[in-house]
Amino acid sequence: MSAPLPAHPPRRLHPLWQLTLMRSRALWREPSVLFWTFLFPLLTSVALGVAFRTQKLQAVEVAVAEGPAAQATVEKLNRDPALHAVVAPLAEARERLRRGKVALVVVPGDGPELVVDPTQPEGRTARLLVHDALERAAGRTDTLTFRTAEVTQPGSRYIDFLIPGLLGMGMMMSGAWGVGWSIVDMRTSKLLKRLVATPMKRSHFLLSFIFSRVILTMLEVLFFIGYARLLFGVRVFGSYLAFVACALVCSLSFAGLAILVTSRARNIQTAGGLMNLMTLPMMFLSGVFFSSTYFPEWTQPVIKALPLTAALDGLRGIMLDGASLLSLGPQLLVMALWGVIPFALALKIFRWS
Amino acid sequence: MTAPPAISVHNLIKRFEDVVAVNGISLDIAAGSCVGLLGPNGAGKTTTVEILEGIQAPTSGEVRVLGHRWETDAAAIRERIGLALQQTQFYDRLTVKETVELFRSFYPRGLSVEDAIRQVQLQEKAKTYVMKLSGGQKQRLAVAVALVADPELLFLDEPTTGLDPQSRRSLWDVIDALRGKGRTVLLTTHYMEEAAQLCDRIVIVDRGRVVADGTVQELIRSIGGEQCIEVATSPALTDDQLRAQVPGVARLTRRGSVAALTVQELHVAVPAVVAAAQAAGATLQQLSTRQSTLDDVFLALTGHSLREDEA
Repeated sequence: MSAPLPAHPPRRLHPLWQLTLMRSRALWREPSVLFWTFLFPLLTSVALGVAFRTQKLQAVEVAVAEGPAAQATVEKLNRDPALHAVVAPLAEARERLRRGKVALVVVPGDGPELVVDPTQPEGRTARLLVHDALERAAGRTDTLTFRTAEVTQPGSRYIDFLIPGLLGMGMMMSGAWGVGWSIVDMRTSKLLKRLVATPMKRSHFLLSFIFSRVILTMLEVLFFIGYARLLFGVRVFGSYLAFVACALVCSLSFAGLAILVTSRARNIQTAGGLMNLMTLPMMFLSGVFFSSTYFPEWTQPVIKALPLTAALDGLRGIMLDGASLLSLGPQLLVMALWGVIPFALALKIFRWS
Repeated sequence: MTAPPAISVHNLIKRFEDVVAVNGISLDIAAGSCVGLLGPNGAGKTTTVEILEGIQAPTSGEVRVLGHRWETDAAAIRERIGLALQQTQFYDRLTVKETVELFRSFYPRGLSVEDAIRQVQLQEKAKTYVMKLSGGQKQRLAVAVALVADPELLFLDEPTTGLDPQSRRSLWDVIDALRGKGRTVLLTTHYMEEAAQLCDRIVIVDRGRVVADGTVQELIRSIGGEQCIEVATSPALTDDQLRAQVPGVARLTRRGSVAALTVQELHVAVPAVVAAAQAAGATLQQLSTRQSTLDDVFLALTGHSLREDEA
């Protein structure tokens, strides 16, 4: 035991590498991290991919008010496979229209009356289809013959929109919880205090979070690209390198933000609240599940300035439109600013004990 | 005195918003000694130690650690000290070896990881996750992490609090083994038997001040008696009855129904206690004698017990 020790014992790694290793091991060995990072997005995309899978439109439901000509009208309408008509008493038919069960109510007669809700997009389709069907049944002759070619292109389906959305959200969530939560956890368990009582460089400590995020991000991106391709045939139209680079910038942006958000939090409850405050608004505003352009015009500048919006625009741009990194300058800048400024600020105000 | 003191503290004060945690502590600790900071919870032990460890900054006062000042030489001090905080939680899913390796990487020189683990007898647990360790094993890991820098000065803040007696004893063995190696050890505890067992010198603190300082024997002698008689009778004897009939009572305290008398000479005092009970027509329920302890010292000096919760 008193054998002389070598001046530089073998297998000693640089502290920054040791810290990164610690972070990565802590994440990798935590089943819940693996669940939220890999399994959760997979399950979400399967669930949403199935729910919103692109399929042939259902026949439009139409009700025909009870009366002498009702049955004949139903037969005329049902000749068009795009329509599905049933007979119902007028009051009940109107009730079904109100509840959205049918798109339109036909009251037969010499000049048939069409009852329709003008706010329902289905209503417009139904009116055109019913109009067409009844006219034809009444003997209208068409002057043109149309041929229809049906196509469904990868890149235009909901799942194609969703996959980069889920990846961006995943980056945000693992940034917030993987970095922010861990920091607060280390603070409350006094591990942070113990670490700063050693000669450890504080910059090494914070950098180790960034480094371990880079490693995990790589795995996340590859995993996403892989399962999206295998399960849904989702393709990356742009360059893979650009896609990974964009995801990295996104991930680092959220890591920097998370470090700032938790730089002073003393307990898990406060941290949890702050995390939700940071992530939830973006989850809804930035267009993970549906396009953020649905929000009113005046909110757009604010939404565009959010890091997740920039990330999703970037990821979707590369994945779906084949955009180059160069053309995504504004998005990359927004993400970088959201990462660098908070990180610099966090260095100043970080609570170490 | 040839070597400079390992720790030198002069008039240390630490104020929090509305509490004075440390209220003018002065202390010199010689290199190579093992000193125990003994006091109840909230006495200011941890605050004092954390100031010495450079974790907290003092409100005022002079602190020198290994001849250096924290304000100017923090890096130099950090490389030469080792410490175990009061209950550090290391990463659950890191193994013992990985944890020690991590901390070893911060120091330019020190023990090998294996050696540090061996010194706290955790070899068999080297590949076990921290989450699977018992409380005592976790504390031993904390000591291994403190030792891995091969520090000249070691701080152990309540190393055995919350441990079962067996784990406590095994940790005492580890600390005892360090004393022979010329290291300076400063440990805080609220267990008097721990201080008595491990330390060459004991500094008793209460309410942010030093109330006594010396070896165990010196401290016990200072309260005027090395023996303690504990007696319970039915009906109970009053303080006046006991003082009147038992000669040489230096102090008389009560804990529940038991009266404790501090005396110099047992052969005189014990028969007198028995006689006093007979004279009062009372039955003896308990009569025992023991050596005075640090707890008696603490009680004598502060008027309250070290173990407030048990008083």
